[in-house]
Amino acid sequence: MIFFRTLFKTKGEAISFAVFVALIAIILPLALPIFRLNLVGKYLSYGFVAIGLVLLWGRCGILSLGQGVFFGLGGYCMAMFLKLEASDPVSTSIQTTPGIPDFMDWNQITQLPWFWEPFKSFTFASCAVFLLPGLIAFIIGWAMFRRRVGGVYFAIITQAIALILSLGIDGNQGFTGGRNGITDLKTLLGWDIRTTGAQYTLYFLCVFLLLASALLAKYIINTRFGRVLMAMRDREDRVRFSGYDVAMCRTFVFALAAMLSGLGGALFVLQVGFMSPSLVGIIPSIEMVIFTAVGGRLSVIGAILGCLIVNFGKTAFSEAYPDAWLYLMGGTFIAVVMFFPDGLAGIIEKSGTIKTKLVTLGAGLMKKLKPAESAEKASAAVAEIPKTAEP
Amino acid sequence: MESYSWEDLQNIFLMQGFAGISLFSVLLLMGLGLAVIFGQMGVINMAHGEFMALGAYTVYLCSTLTAEYAPSFGPYYFVVAIFIAFIICALVGAAVEWLMIRRLYHRPLDTLLATWGLSLIMQQTFRSTFGAREVTPTLPEWLMGSYSPKEGLDIPINGMFVLGLAIAVSLALLLFMYKSSFGLRLRATVQNRKMSGAVGINTNSVDRLAFALGCGIAGIAGAAFTTIGSTGPDSGSRYIVDAFLVVVFGGAASLMGSLASAFGIAQAQSILEFFLEGTKGKVATLLVIVVALMIRPQGLFPSKVRAH
Repeated sequence: MIFFRTLFKTKGEAISFAVFVALIAIILPLALPIFRLNLVGKYLSYGFVAIGLVLLWGRCGILSLGQGVFFGLGGYCMAMFLKLEASDPVSTSIQTTPGIPDFMDWNQITQLPWFWEPFKSFTFASCAVFLLPGLIAFIIGWAMFRRRVGGVYFAIITQAIALILSLGIDGNQGFTGGRNGITDLKTLLGWDIRTTGAQYTLYFLCVFLLLASALLAKYIINTRFGRVLMAMRDREDRVRFSGYDVAMCRTFVFALAAMLSGLGGALFVLQVGFMSPSLVGIIPSIEMVIFTAVGGRLSVIGAILGCLIVNFGKTAFSEAYPDAWLYLMGGTFIAVVMFFPDGLAGIIEKSGTIKTKLVTLGAGLMKKLKPAESAEKASAAVAEIPKTAEP
Repeated sequence: MESYSWEDLQNIFLMQGFAGISLFSVLLLMGLGLAVIFGQMGVINMAHGEFMALGAYTVYLCSTLTAEYAPSFGPYYFVVAIFIAFIICALVGAAVEWLMIRRLYHRPLDTLLATWGLSLIMQQTFRSTFGAREVTPTLPEWLMGSYSPKEGLDIPINGMFVLGLAIAVSLALLLFMYKSSFGLRLRATVQNRKMSGAVGINTNSVDRLAFALGCGIAGIAGAAFTTIGSTGPDSGSRYIVDAFLVVVFGGAASLMGSLASAFGIAQAQSILEFFLEGTKGKVATLLVIVVALMIRPQGLFPSKVRAH
């Protein structure tokens, strides 16, 4: 029970989490055909990045514009393993050098590069999916937070790192698959990941891991550590003078966010079946910040829903009106940042008072139409609302 | 590198050095504009690249209009177009500051995001107005060709012109910042905003002018850019990271720092591009800068004013 209280501070929080679980684990799989569900799974894999950003940006006040780097690293680790499995000597026998990925063969590489070797092992690859992003984030974070770099500087430097990695992958076609990325992924340990059954299994795996990550994030937010993070965000000096190691705390959160992003990248590869530098660079990194901002940078569930809403909007809208989409997205983003800095989740949280007003208004209208009885009901509703809606 | 003789290397360095000068000029102009805005209020303007593209499109528009209505003015239009680009970008910048930025001064990270939204809108506006294809203004004759002082060495004239422009703008900006009364008010506001307000400086109008000035300089950068490349809707976003790094690596708010780091970054990229194929030169340059910034986050010429 104590543990439960740490995860959900109020009944409302627990209910909204349950509704969210029902939505992504029951309603969407039943309501959508597998093609659409696969898209949802793809968007949910961005949700891992969003969870990381809620911890890092919402709770720590550190904006990273390079989360695509970690998403990409995780994705590439998984894609390299799958690619090696797909390029066994039999199915690549038409190549000059059978047994190596096709794009290496096209680039006159005759031997598997040394850094590809360990990715033959599934254990290594699946550990690297989150350990590699975590390690790199730890090094970057430690180097920068120890020198008290933060705010805008951190954002610019992480953005430059995103540019470096995407250019680096793009420019080394023989080793990385270049701009096309790593494609034609077929099986995972002999299990075909392209069948409908596999796609359902992978979707539920993604949902399960996402919910586990969301609970972990909620747990961190609601513990003492989470409160220290917030204190650091709002009054860094005081926390430092109280004896907390600010740099270490921030590095930890940055590395954790990177590990979550890496996991998301791996699940993206499993569900979508490819990985390319277009998911690593500046634009995807900043888009993930947008998802988080629209959903609500303080709310774990809000941020995941932000991923779903913005991406569905993008799919629906950009097919019909490709020109208007960028206006809408840019406009939405400016509006969210200027007027609703806490995103949708913030609007919903604040709407407790709006709801009361609406109900009062409704009660007034009802009274005119149908006196006595309905007004009583409405005022009962007014009395009921603050209890459930208060955070 | 052993296959190159000393003579070869000298020529390569000279040639690539001169090629890098155009890039240096554009980066310097971009960086100066950013440094004014960033140094002034710690605001990162992600739409800065789009202001550069706006300047470039303005020059293109001037070129088309000149060719249409006043062909005899052809050889001179470019000089006028630079001024027009400056003025248009400054006006748009002032409008953006008034509508958006001034409401976000207390949240610098959010300014960064809001201006990114703005950059999306501006890019799409360019695409809808001028089309997705890249455009090039017709440059006057005297900007074409090259000057060769000795065998095997060609110095492009447009590069020299752009360099002259960048130096002129830098000098004008330095004079403006250190000799004019506006510059005095601007520096006072950077040093101590509250105190400046208390002694009667209208800090809001200083902010607006500084933002407009920075955007205007981006417009000049755009005009310079038209001499070395063609302009597309996303031309600006390709330079934005480099421009940020120029400012941050130089030390924010330091004009001299911007100058030194723009030169270093442009020359390193240009020379490395010759020896390493593709984008590897750029990757190597960026990597060195990022590592350098991690070790020395205050940049080359840190400002002596404490950040607030």
